[in-house]
Amino acid sequence: MASLKDLRNRIASVKATRKITKAMQMVAAAKLRRAQEAAVAARPYAERMAVVLANLASAMEGQAGAPKLLSGTGSDRVHLLVVATAERGLCGGFNSSIVKIAREAADRLIAQGKTVKIMTVGKKGADSLRRNYGKYVVDAVDFRGAKAVNFDHAAGVSAKILSMYEAGEFDICTLFFSEFKSVISQKPTALQLIPAQYDAAMVPDLGGAVYDAEPEEAEILGELLPRNIAIQVFRGLLENAASEQGARMSAMDNATRNAADMINRLSIKYNRQRQAQITKELIEIISGAEAL
Amino acid sequence: MAGLHFELVSPAKLVFSGDVDSVQLPGSEGEMTILPQHAPLITTLRPGFVVVAGSQGPQKIFVRGGFAEVNPKGLTVLAERAIPVAELDAAAFAAQVKDAETVLANARDDETRRVAQQNLDHVKALQSAV
Repeated sequence: MASLKDLRNRIASVKATRKITKAMQMVAAAKLRRAQEAAVAARPYAERMAVVLANLASAMEGQAGAPKLLSGTGSDRVHLLVVATAERGLCGGFNSSIVKIAREAADRLIAQGKTVKIMTVGKKGADSLRRNYGKYVVDAVDFRGAKAVNFDHAAGVSAKILSMYEAGEFDICTLFFSEFKSVISQKPTALQLIPAQYDAAMVPDLGGAVYDAEPEEAEILGELLPRNIAIQVFRGLLENAASEQGARMSAMDNATRNAADMINRLSIKYNRQRQAQITKELIEIISGAEAL
Repeated sequence: MAGLHFELVSPAKLVFSGDVDSVQLPGSEGEMTILPQHAPLITTLRPGFVVVAGSQGPQKIFVRGGFAEVNPKGLTVLAERAIPVAELDAAAFAAQVKDAETVLANARDDETRRVAQQNLDHVKALQSAV
């Protein structure tokens, strides 16, 4: 049985842990607000982009000469999985849930006899994928030094993806990230980047008029599609950042509560033991006095 | 006459949104001015200034790497970089030039290299003009 001193030490150490988790929770809450604002601020651009893309893409549909980023390479043999995770742990199931859906997708594709290549963005995903899928990892990017993701990071990742695509190293590219639903709910999501997907229902009604394109549609599309990749990656990274902070906040909230419970239990144990010891000492004194 | 609904968005935020009288755009094939009721149009933009004429007086905004779309609802400009002229100082301009140079250095085929070179030249020309 632990002595009184041991118990006192344990209580002190759990208290210190509680202070840390509490602080981490508050930091995550502050960061979450900023990350959430950034994610919301980036939405208009992505939405407008999707409309313009849908517009041009549906005009190009079925025509020869559509850019390869839209029509695909005509094969689906080699898949590139871009797995975006956080740089740091201690955020509950955030990283592992993204890695899990990426792993499931990889296993499914391998079972179908496809070739899988993995590109990791973020240190945590790289660490956990390296163990079993090391031979598939072709590239690993991380932003360890960066305070917050900005558009340049996303542009860098998309440039890598695009140059691989142009070199014919893969046919289909899918991005894995965690969509920010709310503070307590983040949804790991797979999003196909290449060939580009669009929603034809988003084309605004022009009342029979057609768009003037300057320069040609194919040329605009050729410029727009690479940008669209960067935007999608950027959106994924921002959603990820917000989700990470949300996940960390709830994880740390749980940890703080667990620590408080533990302190309670230990204090009760400590008090009981202290009383037992006092009683024992009293009995010793009394029986000693009686013996005289 | 109804105003023109104009929105300028960059990846980081919605830079401008409101009804204006006209907008001057640096189209890749020449400057153009968009007035209300303009026919539907999609165009790419070269680096330059978007000049907004509205009730709050003219506003100049530097844009780089973008598209403009006119539809019956109004005009939307999507720009990778959008900086109001008031915030654009020499240092910011130097950063833009450097950015354009990186794009050029990363260009993989002749066509993108040509476009990047053109864009870089434009940014430099604007830099010396300001």
